[in-house]
Amino acid sequence: MGERCAVIGVGQTRYQTRRRDVSIAGLVREAALRALDDAGLTFGDIDAVVLGKAPDLFEGVMMPEAYLADALGAAGKPVTRVHTAGSVGGSTALVGASLIQSGVHERVLVVAFEKQSESNATWALSTHLPFTASLVVGAGGYFAPHIREYIRRSGAPDHIGTLVAVKDRRNALKNPYAHLRIPGITRELVEATPMLWEPIRYLETCPSSDGACAMVLAAEHKVTGTPAWVHGAAMRSEPIFRAGRDMVDPRGGRDCAADVYRQAGVTDPRREIDVAEVYVPFSWYEPMWLENLGFAGAGEGWKLTEAGATALDGDIPWNASGGVLSANPIGASGLIRFAEAAQQVRGLAGEHQVDGARRALGHAYGGGAQFFAMWMVGSDRP
Amino acid sequence: MPSDPSPDAAALVAEHVLEFPGGYTRTTGPVIGRFLTELRDRRIVGVRTASGRVLVPPLEYDPDTGEPVTGEFPEVGPAGTVQSWAWVSAPRPGHPLDRPFAWALVRLDGADTALVHAVDAGTVKAMRPGLRVRPRWRPDGERTGHVTDIACFVPEVTTMAAPVRAAYRVRPGRSLARFLEGVRDGVFLGGRCPECDKVYVPYRTSCPACGSVIEEEVTLPDTGTVTTFAINNLPDPRAPQVPFVSAYIMLDGADVPMIALLGDVPAHEVRQGMRVRAVWLPPEERTLSMTAVRWFAPTGEPDAEL
Ligand SMILES: [Zn+2]
Repeated sequence: MGERCAVIGVGQTRYQTRRRDVSIAGLVREAALRALDDAGLTFGDIDAVVLGKAPDLFEGVMMPEAYLADALGAAGKPVTRVHTAGSVGGSTALVGASLIQSGVHERVLVVAFEKQSESNATWALSTHLPFTASLVVGAGGYFAPHIREYIRRSGAPDHIGTLVAVKDRRNALKNPYAHLRIPGITRELVEATPMLWEPIRYLETCPSSDGACAMVLAAEHKVTGTPAWVHGAAMRSEPIFRAGRDMVDPRGGRDCAADVYRQAGVTDPRREIDVAEVYVPFSWYEPMWLENLGFAGAGEGWKLTEAGATALDGDIPWNASGGVLSANPIGASGLIRFAEAAQQVRGLAGEHQVDGARRALGHAYGGGAQFFAMWMVGSDRP
Repeated sequence: MPSDPSPDAAALVAEHVLEFPGGYTRTTGPVIGRFLTELRDRRIVGVRTASGRVLVPPLEYDPDTGEPVTGEFPEVGPAGTVQSWAWVSAPRPGHPLDRPFAWALVRLDGADTALVHAVDAGTVKAMRPGLRVRPRWRPDGERTGHVTDIACFVPEVTTMAAPVRAAYRVRPGRSLARFLEGVRDGVFLGGRCPECDKVYVPYRTSCPACGSVIEEEVTLPDTGTVTTFAINNLPDPRAPQVPFVSAYIMLDGADVPMIALLGDVPAHEVRQGMRVRAVWLPPEERTLSMTAVRWFAPTGEPDAEL
């Protein structure tokens, strides 16, 4: 892995449907300044900036990294743009970490954002090319068949998805940055919402948010304050259509997790990890990823969810922050997972802090469940 | 008690206008006069009271104390903030605008009181407490020293249209063109990877798993099995109805599924494992496009094992 790397500052904006009061530049700057403030630094202390966001077509700003260099204090510094679809926030953190681990830079600012209110992601994901016959189904229409297949294979009862939808929104009530706040949310309320892409109900989907997240990463000799040390980091990709590809349990996700666990010395993730922030944009992806990431055996993930193991007071809390189901500024969503994992092991997660968390997993996926980014962070120096 | 009027008398009606010929004059006094003089010059001033408050529009006597206001006229605005408002959906003849607008209490920057004026917001949805507005002035030469020298207030600019349009000429690649020829002729063409021995459809010239060049063309039947599907409750221009079913269909002999529409079956009767066949447009209506396949429909065979 090379040099040690740690998170020394985290900044987030309050996620909401529309941030009418700021430009894209103002939005990313807000997160960046909060991260710098958390680290006790200024832009002048930063060696390089890594910026992540989902496709340019989402806001129609081509190469936003060029436009945003001023807002991120990056004039005269290396600026790198990362794009790996929905996993981009995670990949952005990993590119930043690699600049530290390789010894190239000492302090790197990583920032990711989306201002979904400037456009419409479903439109941007459904660009109908001539000659083909694509359907307007969006991300939900794409993932619903894989959820159906998971339910068939695992024999999971119908209500598992609603349990996740309720649990994550209850956690969100403890997170001041979360977008969706539904006090008193119940299974009945979730089940009363319409099926959009059966088997996905309205309240089993993520919201559409404006927001940005930033982190300051530092090399060991520049660590200040309360660090979250990077114990393992990996990315994997796979083609969307490959013969024999398992779209319920993608190999890219399995391989990525195995690599991170190997680096971190983890052999039993459920027992050895204290809290996980995992990219769950549709409720059923919690049990699916519980299996893909090795927290449960094949067909067993839903049993952990049903038993409450992933709740805030369970033995392996997943998405204590409320997760993607409670805030989804797409390009930033992966970085938020990584940042929330860091806040947990720094002991700075606030009301949704998992007591005594010393090791946390951050996870993001994107595309047709074909891009994966993960890291393990810990309170102990590796 | 007088008796009821006759029907003729009951129908009596007449217009009556009470208007002083030439209009009343109103002497402004020094305070209001200064305010109106400044308006004519496109400036908005308030007046400061002895306690330091800035009244806009100005008053001659401080309503809190009854004392005269000071002789200080600080410039305020021109921008301000809407405090409250009432929407006028059907403007009357005497109203300042001939389209729906809001009467609003606007507190100009630097003022301690609010001014009543019209806000041309376009739609009621644009109105909210806290909305930032600026005056739209009557043009030079038309201002006379009157509060209507401000024609109305308009919201500050907070968004702009960003027209982005990229026009392409799309030419299908060699493999897609070959596949579309097959579709026009009523068959699905695939390709077999020489290394993996897997059949990919639509036809392609390289293997996504191993990168090998695919040269062997395979003609696949138009029958297959639904591996999984979604019931979509959102409308789609191509779908015959809502809900519609988008399915992964493994054509017989293929090793990757195609995504396609299912038809001729109620959505909730679709099953994983269901056997289906392509429903083609009549040959004379087919073009080099996937629209040559209307959708897939059940064959009625027993379900396949998944
Ligand atoms: Zn191959």
